[in-house]
Amino acid sequence: MRILEGQNITKHFGGLAAVHQVDFDINQGEVVGLIGPNGAGKTTLFNLISGSLPATGGQIRYKGNKITGLKPHQICKRGVARTFQSAKLFAGLTVFENALAASLFGTKRAISVPDAEKEAAELLEFVELSTVREMRAKDLPIANRKRLEVARALATKPDLLMFDEVMAGLNSVEVAQAMELVTKIRKRGITIFMIEHVMKAIMNVCDRIIVLHHGSKIAEGTPEEIATSRTVIEVYLGE
Amino acid sequence: MNRVGIIFKKPFSLGLLFLALILFATAPFYVQPYLVILLTSVFMYIIITVSWTIFSGPTHYISLASAAFFGVGVYTSALLGKAFPLPVVIIAGSLISFVLALCIGLLTLRLRGMYFIIFTFSISELMRNFLLWWETTMTGTVGRWVVMVEHVTVYYVILVIFVMVLLTAYLIRRSRFGLALRSIGEQEEAATHIGINTTVVKTITFAISAFFMGATGAIMATKWKYIDPRIAFDPLLSFMPVLMAIFGGTGQLFGPVFGAAIFAYLEEILTTKFPYYYMLLFGSILIVVILFLPHGMVGLVQKWWGGGLNRKNANS
Repeated sequence: MRILEGQNITKHFGGLAAVHQVDFDINQGEVVGLIGPNGAGKTTLFNLISGSLPATGGQIRYKGNKITGLKPHQICKRGVARTFQSAKLFAGLTVFENALAASLFGTKRAISVPDAEKEAAELLEFVELSTVREMRAKDLPIANRKRLEVARALATKPDLLMFDEVMAGLNSVEVAQAMELVTKIRKRGITIFMIEHVMKAIMNVCDRIIVLHHGSKIAEGTPEEIATSRTVIEVYLGE
Repeated sequence: MNRVGIIFKKPFSLGLLFLALILFATAPFYVQPYLVILLTSVFMYIIITVSWTIFSGPTHYISLASAAFFGVGVYTSALLGKAFPLPVVIIAGSLISFVLALCIGLLTLRLRGMYFIIFTFSISELMRNFLLWWETTMTGTVGRWVVMVEHVTVYYVILVIFVMVLLTAYLIRRSRFGLALRSIGEQEEAATHIGINTTVVKTITFAISAFFMGATGAIMATKWKYIDPRIAFDPLLSFMPVLMAIFGGTGQLFGPVFGAAIFAYLEEILTTKFPYYYMLLFGSILIVVILFLPHGMVGLVQKWWGGGLNRKNANS
């Protein structure tokens, strides 16, 4: 079943076509990777899906309903959560409050404060941040900041989770832990759409990969197909 | 987050608050009239500062529209004072301010940082100048008489508004609404992406803070007898709450309360004792506070109590 589909998605910034007539779809339960050189339009595409930018053209449907034109908070409440390339935490709030806020506001149905607190605590346990729950988010090292962003996104109870370079800036041990976390999240039945530059990670965890270049989709397929694709190699290696 | 627990875990401070309230409520029976008037003006500053902090404290949107909301209350009082009883006038003043803030909020809360500050400031200036123009060209007389009310009545009304604003500020801080406001202040984009309707949250809070400013303006007008646009929309009233809140520290609820109280008292002392150097002394004190006490007076006292004045922390 398709959970997310985009048709002819286009975003122009003045004369620049950041995303140009991109079609894509993501099935329930899949892990889909989104790759491409810098400036390919990956984050712009994420911004269009999550509602932070209005699209110039095209239509995005989530679970069969059109979500283009909705505000980010509405899209979040429908079940689409995201993280940001440079972790955008509530820096002055504690780790626990970061997760709690998402639990309280992220869902369509109202939730009581004790329930939200329980949920937030569970999610911090899940991403292994329970021990630092009273620390301020800004005092966390980078790997934990990324984990907290994941926990906060999970707290909104998404069916589709979008990671924008969740592994950037991590060392190899931390990347391995992050990959483990992605697999754990997948086991919860959450569909994942992820932008990533760490090739080892993307090749290992993704079922399918979409390649963007200069705003257009140039390839799509299984990790093996992408790794051997002539066009993709040309784009990445400039051959 | 456990509201009931927080209140009952501290029976001592709750009792202290209650005692203070009784003291203030009975004050007019045994203190000199001058002190009642002084207390009224101290409470006025506290109310405006605390209501300013309700919105601007957690969101970090610095509003300079306080004078606009206060002035609307003042003018409502001048216009309706003759025809309606005092409670109706005050409620009308608050509600008109509330609605005005809703409109301004929807218009301006998309602006951030400096643009928001300038816009809110322009709003109060626009209203002042518009009324001046209206009164000079349309009605032909500048200024109005306001129906007078007893000093003691003014004091009690101010006291009631004071209790209401403190209670509101406290409840908002403790509630999920307060967490939403702080999230917006920390990272607005992320706040929208975890499901917070930031426009609604900001606009409502902005209007709640305007509500109390309008109420205060409506009652204070009756104390002044005569008002004109320059008095009602005095730009100083937009800056005072910002300075007082910074002076006291916006991190805790009692920061702005103490900040405003000390500030208002200082103003009174300095203007009577050093009329010529008053502003100079005032400014110097403020600079010292901003430079050396980033968390305000309350932050300093808390550090003292924590025994942490000499202790250096790697994270602070």
